[in-house]
Amino acid sequence: MSNELIYLSKQVAKQRLDRRSFLGRAGALGFTAATANTFLSSAVMAQGAVKGGTIRVAIEGGSSSDSLDPALVTNSTGTMVNRLWGEPLVELDDEGGLEMRLASEMSATPDAQTWTFVIRDGVTFSNGKSLTADDVLATMERHAGEESKSGALGILSGIKSMRAEGNAFIVELDGPNADLPFLLSDYHLMIQPNGGKDDPSAMIGTGPYVIKSAELGVRFVAEKNPNYWNPDLGHASNIEITVINDDTARVAALQSGQVDMCSRVPPKVASLVGRMSGVEVHSVPSAGHYVFIMHANTAPFDNKDLRLALKYAINREEMVDKILFGNGSQGNDSPINASYPLFSEAEQRSYDPDKAAFHFKASGHDGSILLRTSDNSFPGAPDASQLFQQSAKAAGITLDIKREPSDGYWSEVWNKQPFCTSYWSGRATQDAMYSTAYLSSADWNDTRFFNEQFDQLLFAARAELDTAKRTQMYADMGTMVRDDGGLICPMFNNFIDATSDRVAGWATSKGFGMMNMYAPIRMWATG
Amino acid sequence: MSPVLKLIAQRISLGILLIFAVSILIFAGTQILPGDVAESILGQSATPENLANLRAELGLNEPALSRYFSWLGGIMVGDLGTALTSGTSISDAIGARLGNTLFLAAVAAMISVPIAILLGLLAVRYKDRWPDKVISATTLASISLPEFFIGYLLILVFGVKLGWFPTVATVFPEMSLGARLNAVMLPALTLTLVVLAHMMRMTRAAILNVMQSAYIETAELKGMTSFKIIWKHALPNAISPVVNVVMLNLAYLIVGVVVVEVIFVYPGMGQYLVDHVAKRDVPVVQACGLVFAAIFIGLNLLADIISILSNPRLRHPK
Repeated sequence: MSNELIYLSKQVAKQRLDRRSFLGRAGALGFTAATANTFLSSAVMAQGAVKGGTIRVAIEGGSSSDSLDPALVTNSTGTMVNRLWGEPLVELDDEGGLEMRLASEMSATPDAQTWTFVIRDGVTFSNGKSLTADDVLATMERHAGEESKSGALGILSGIKSMRAEGNAFIVELDGPNADLPFLLSDYHLMIQPNGGKDDPSAMIGTGPYVIKSAELGVRFVAEKNPNYWNPDLGHASNIEITVINDDTARVAALQSGQVDMCSRVPPKVASLVGRMSGVEVHSVPSAGHYVFIMHANTAPFDNKDLRLALKYAINREEMVDKILFGNGSQGNDSPINASYPLFSEAEQRSYDPDKAAFHFKASGHDGSILLRTSDNSFPGAPDASQLFQQSAKAAGITLDIKREPSDGYWSEVWNKQPFCTSYWSGRATQDAMYSTAYLSSADWNDTRFFNEQFDQLLFAARAELDTAKRTQMYADMGTMVRDDGGLICPMFNNFIDATSDRVAGWATSKGFGMMNMYAPIRMWATG
Repeated sequence: MSPVLKLIAQRISLGILLIFAVSILIFAGTQILPGDVAESILGQSATPENLANLRAELGLNEPALSRYFSWLGGIMVGDLGTALTSGTSISDAIGARLGNTLFLAAVAAMISVPIAILLGLLAVRYKDRWPDKVISATTLASISLPEFFIGYLLILVFGVKLGWFPTVATVFPEMSLGARLNAVMLPALTLTLVVLAHMMRMTRAAILNVMQSAYIETAELKGMTSFKIIWKHALPNAISPVVNVVMLNLAYLIVGVVVVEVIFVYPGMGQYLVDHVAKRDVPVVQACGLVFAAIFIGLNLLADIISILSNPRLRHPK
């Protein structure tokens, strides 16, 4: 690469030259705009974060019937807003491990039953009050209390007692749980002064930004918190979030330069969006998966051969191609993929009409099988159901598809009817995922998977602090679900977000899309 | 009392009666919806105790009739109740949103009504010649396209390619009037294209109807130019049906624009209503229903009154 181009790109990174003139001069040197742009973005990355400026975000999910109380947040807009003004004790890092936030240290007793979090010194809330262990205790009490409507109530249910001692917050559990810190990184658990018991919706926290204006389901404006403790987070001076639920309008807003980043690009148009000038699409593997779920205790799905027949009758490769347009990976009939920290690979199950026909015959089932689906069970679910119908037909299995209305699907069909389409957004750890949906006693055991051995292994793994042994336990559990469970998991979906060249600093993260909803906080405006 | 005043008073009292009837319908309709409000709020965390607590808190244990009257009493003094989902005052939320909706409707009306009437007059003047055909064809084409498609087309052309107007029309209180007008230009144009044809066709039809009359022939024989005949003699006599269809379209601009609001991210009433329907927030749905009904009835009332006033036989009784 030409020295001249390197020099020029550094000038842009230092903001001594604007981008338009840079592209002009690069053109004069004989470089195409695409080459020059790629070169520029790496120079900007190398220069490091630029402070100041405004980052404008278009995001989906928000609604005018939302609440500002972090306990009641249910969608990605609320999660992103929570992250602006608030902070949890610990947070997921880019590798799927944990990094310290409001806790500066954490430790557990060897039985993983008592956990101690040392609260960070010298942190103040945006109302000027300084952070203490009592605030942390009050926050957890509010979310875990009997009256609580918090979305984090379930994950806090294993706690026996909590107390604050000096600058330490101590949790005693009913049973061992090596994953407790992961649970505490939940996006509802923003530490608030006195736990938010006085005014839960005040949006006062220790986060990198202070909310200046909040119109639910419409727009949020935030300003940098001048007293924020962590210099590595929060580069832009101002952040503006606009809720745009219409996919086309959200992408158009990025394209017309009204926003600098946009969440959830539809897979169908991802490659087209990527070709726009000055726009970069980020397709990031996630723990989210699209599923066909059978109730393993309801006829005809209580027959293991029938379940296996259907598992062999689905064409996973085709689903990834035609439903995700390549933005994802094949599933293997377990809810776990490489996004999880203790993942170990199992042999990939693939489409095999002969095996499917063999197991179908062995099951003794006669007649067609009813599959229920709806548009909102996952994007493209009715199409995926038709693909499944076609691939099953080749194995001599007849699937009848019933299209259900989107309204009421989650209350009337999912977790009620024996065979339907659905999705899971995944969890931070295997334990969380299995406890939510595969433990015999789980409320959301939507495949009616009752396996005593599995349950015992799950509890044993929680107490196991030796990573190698724990990995093996999870591998065994994965095999049980894969071979015996009611889950048909054809694909894991990627999170697809897009950013313009007016911002830089994208990194591939774990958790949710938009860099685990930290994109506006971790990226910076390039001017 | 003059017959005009009497007629108008009659219309207004009928309108008020109608609003009461609608309020009964709305209330009854939301009562017979399947599922209990308390159950749908609590969802999966519903236990018998907290269901009972919430029912008492919401007053669901009282008989429907007394709930209806306390609701009606609140509305009389401008209190529409509190939203179940967010716990905020519905009157405040609707106040801001209704203002936005009326602003967008007003801008769209100011563009579309004059254009529609002018095009209608032109179509009559050049009846069955090419200007008439071009006007009819283009306006009918624009009404035949779904709103979201027109919206996307305008976004593509004026927002993305030409960059004249913003594609996101989110307005907020700190905006100046100029910035607001700029922001709502694309949604207003979309709505204009949607309502234009109806008003234009009605104007054309109403005037053509009058053009058969003997006094038009007289005017022609006097040697008046054809446009002057249409403007001075035909339009005033055709005003009643034209006003009716204009008011119908204005009502549509206020109560029927949820698709446009979604595409252009405009914080109006439609989006607010839909968000709360999805969460079974009954008080908000009732309040929005009533506001929409009142607007619809009010505008139709206005159309009636203008028709009455524009009728010389009623203005000058023998």
